[in-house]
Amino acid sequence: MQIVLYLVYLFASVLFILGIKRLGSPKTARQGNFLSALGMFLAIVVTLFDKEVISFEYIIIGLVVGSLIGGILAIKVPMTGMPQMVGLLNGFGGGASALVAFAEYFKELNTGMSFEISTLVTIVLSVLIGSITFTGSLIAFGKLQELITGKVVKYPLQNPINILLFLVVIVAGVLVVIDPSRTDLLYVIGGISLILGVLLVLPIGGADMPVAVSLLNSYSGIAASMTGFVLGNNMLIIAGALVGASGIILTMIMCKGMNRSLMNVVLGGWEDAGSGGSGEGGLQGTAKSVDAEELAMLLDSAQNVVIVPGYGMAVAQAQHAVRDLTNILEKKRINVRFAIHPVAGRMPGHMNVLLAEAQVSYDKLFALEDINDDFPNVDIAIVVGANDVVNPAARHDKNSPIYGMPILNVDYAKTVIVNKRSMNVGYAGIQNELFFYPNTLMYFGSAKEAINKLNNELKEL
Amino acid sequence: MEITDLLMQIYVFVLAIFVGFELITKVPPTLHTPLMSGSNAISGITIVGALISAGLEEFSISTVLGLVAVIFATINVVGGYLVTDRMLKMFKKK
Repeated sequence: MQIVLYLVYLFASVLFILGIKRLGSPKTARQGNFLSALGMFLAIVVTLFDKEVISFEYIIIGLVVGSLIGGILAIKVPMTGMPQMVGLLNGFGGGASALVAFAEYFKELNTGMSFEISTLVTIVLSVLIGSITFTGSLIAFGKLQELITGKVVKYPLQNPINILLFLVVIVAGVLVVIDPSRTDLLYVIGGISLILGVLLVLPIGGADMPVAVSLLNSYSGIAASMTGFVLGNNMLIIAGALVGASGIILTMIMCKGMNRSLMNVVLGGWEDAGSGGSGEGGLQGTAKSVDAEELAMLLDSAQNVVIVPGYGMAVAQAQHAVRDLTNILEKKRINVRFAIHPVAGRMPGHMNVLLAEAQVSYDKLFALEDINDDFPNVDIAIVVGANDVVNPAARHDKNSPIYGMPILNVDYAKTVIVNKRSMNVGYAGIQNELFFYPNTLMYFGSAKEAINKLNNELKEL
Repeated sequence: MEITDLLMQIYVFVLAIFVGFELITKVPPTLHTPLMSGSNAISGITIVGALISAGLEEFSISTVLGLVAVIFATINVVGGYLVTDRMLKMFKKK
């Protein structure tokens, strides 16, 4: 039976790999997710036949309760709530890995067998990473759900405290490996790791959440891999490694999208945000504003329009209004495309999901590198709720905190329309010189109402 | 466990990370959110360990921990796959 078990585990591992491979294209992605789910289903079913699994009461309770909670969460969550949903689910995965490592530790302790050193090391690692993932994800969830402030939170002696806690974990970990009966120390490791999860994610600001969520995603995978080492199960090692790699790649893409090092993001916010930089001298010109009627006439005579969505669109739930705008313009035979910055929104691909929800065809969505060279040919670029990612200072102002960050070159378009509620600064805390450019028109208003108003004007033309 | 067993596991781990890198760099940015929630669901694979702990013959602290772990991992798995499917259903080309 154990042989069949391991063969099915191998098959499940293959399904996970094929599943992720099929996520490479929107056409096959749904099928890929199904393959991966099938792999998971087979793995669960076959595990129930493991020779160690004797009693089923707790298993059934656990599966039923977990399925109900997971199912309800998945069905109820609105698309705008996706970042916090993913954050929350991550936390449960990490927490489960830590608990399994604990359970395995007690099991071996009670049977009186001598521990392998490698088992102990991976138990410690699994508890450490799993616990950090658990509380870190809960904090990320709290921030995204706005239960906790989305601002950068700094506390005194931030780095010394974290380094000290890590050292304590390492020392306790070594002691547990030397003397496996020191259950108290394993509790200490678990407790400190839970605190570390809170302390590490708390300083990270709202707009940096894409990095935090990606990183936690990676941790949850690595925690699963470590549990695989504890159990001597290759399927867990493979599946965990795949997730770990996925999280690391997304983290790197997000950091590159902001031209910041991972360290800088993790330690919290743009260091000198607001101070220094540009935004003060030379930018105090007047920004021109435009009303819905004028804007409608401008758009009516355009041929090539690019819409740049940002977090403001998500907050205002304006994706449907933007979709309507797209349809109206297309009916007038105007070419409409979307330019999406890698860090727009609160998680990787956030804007794409919202636009997909609003039934915008995915072939109209372009990544930064695919559309940036084309802005000089664009008649009108409409920025909806984005700010720092279209600030031209990133290209030329060496004193700007966002200098070097890849931006969407909307200022190269013939006309730029910026829809914003006010002239307030964005996340980086700096004024955007784009608003004062001669080819920029400000269109004030909350995204949803403002775009709907524009749509009505367009229909009347 | 022999040291060679551990080495074999490390082999598997390292090679799987490389496979992961190869696969995931090919996923277009438009699918990054579903990729994240889908891979998130995969990390719920730790449920296998949770089931074994929860199904132990004798009731002990391990079974209790196993039960909580099964609940957590099931939320992760069921929620993760369902929400990913919900998103992917919406990605359409007109």
